[in-house]
Amino acid sequence: MSEVQSDDWPLWEVFVRARQGLSHKHAGSLHAPDAEMALQNARDVYTRRREGESLWVVRSTDIIASDPDDKGSLFEPAESKIYRHPTFYKVPDDVECL
Amino acid sequence: MTVSPIPPEHADHPAAPGFAAKIEAETKIEPRDWMPDAYRKTLVRQMSQHAHSEYVGMLPERNWLTRAPSLKRKAQLLAKIQDEGGHALYLYSAAETLGTSRAEMLDALHTGRAKYAHIFNYPALTWADIGTIGWLVDGAAIINQIMLCRCSYGPYARAMERICREESFHQRQGFEIMVSLCQGTAEQKRMAQDALKRWWWPVLMMFGPHDGASSNSAQSTAWKIKRQSNDELRQQFVDMTVPQADYLDLRIPDDELRWNEARGHYDFGPIDFSELMRVVSGDGPCNRERLGARVKAHDDGAWVREAATAHAAKRRARAKAA
Repeated sequence: MSEVQSDDWPLWEVFVRARQGLSHKHAGSLHAPDAEMALQNARDVYTRRREGESLWVVRSTDIIASDPDDKGSLFEPAESKIYRHPTFYKVPDDVECL
Repeated sequence: MTVSPIPPEHADHPAAPGFAAKIEAETKIEPRDWMPDAYRKTLVRQMSQHAHSEYVGMLPERNWLTRAPSLKRKAQLLAKIQDEGGHALYLYSAAETLGTSRAEMLDALHTGRAKYAHIFNYPALTWADIGTIGWLVDGAAIINQIMLCRCSYGPYARAMERICREESFHQRQGFEIMVSLCQGTAEQKRMAQDALKRWWWPVLMMFGPHDGASSNSAQSTAWKIKRQSNDELRQQFVDMTVPQADYLDLRIPDDELRWNEARGHYDFGPIDFSELMRVVSGDGPCNRERLGARVKAHDDGAWVREAATAHAAKRRARAKAA
């Protein structure tokens, strides 16, 4: 018997938009032979309970991710720039609308 | 003795302190983070077995799809079974983030190397069994899975949150079936009682051996994969279920079951764990039938996988030509 395993199919990441006005959010992944079948499978696997009204499927290999080891150098600068947050600034108590 | 999240072989690994700090701080471990090999291996084993359980869990119920007493019950059961298949898919995907492949996991199941929950090797003899499976088997699974929502591995915890939301319907549909039977004819009530009698002890075994006899628990607890002990979860289940059985006016088949005022919990009789071991090792009432059905479904589905692959290839070729 010729063996076609679902592993031979690419992995797709599934993103679901819960409703208009919200962004698509990662829901999980699945295997499918092409984009069209990935969308159909995503509908069955990830939206059985009205979780969304729009789906994206993206080939997992097309996602470029940052390296967890670079977390410090990438995100630490934001940590130390506390003057980027409104709470950094002292304003007089009796001045409104600030 | 406290167990460290860092196994001795990784004691000097430069990334080990970072891993231990994340576990300590309740920061989830994500797929590309460094993790001890044993942590990865434990998760692959546990998550794939969990996926297999969801998968095989469809089988005891399938006979009742064509025998459900009404169209409403049939539609509900169909939705439940579809959920179980979906849960298996969430869990297989989550396990794949650890570097194992779908084919490896399925092969381990089909060749009998991987285990699945022993409970699915019991037969569903009457319609009351379908009610009892939803009420008790899904009820017990929810207790375990609520705990796993807090497990340290991110993809597993996220899959569990999704699954827990969906399982709650399973448990309630099961209990509703039991209410209908228990408020029905004397024969229906007897059927409900008979199902409870057969399922009660196997369900208590779902939480695993007693804490003292559970070999992997200490390490899993140190890794925060496991957040509560087998006996704690089992007690929680008994305390939750006794009042539900009382409501149904059904008798739980345990002469030693009684409320312990001092402990604030129900006491219950000894569990025959030799039965659990026997069923897990392959000698339950339906092991061969379940595995046979699973392998057959996979083999019978081969043409669908082949057709889908061929269809995709044809469309790719056409798109290229155009």
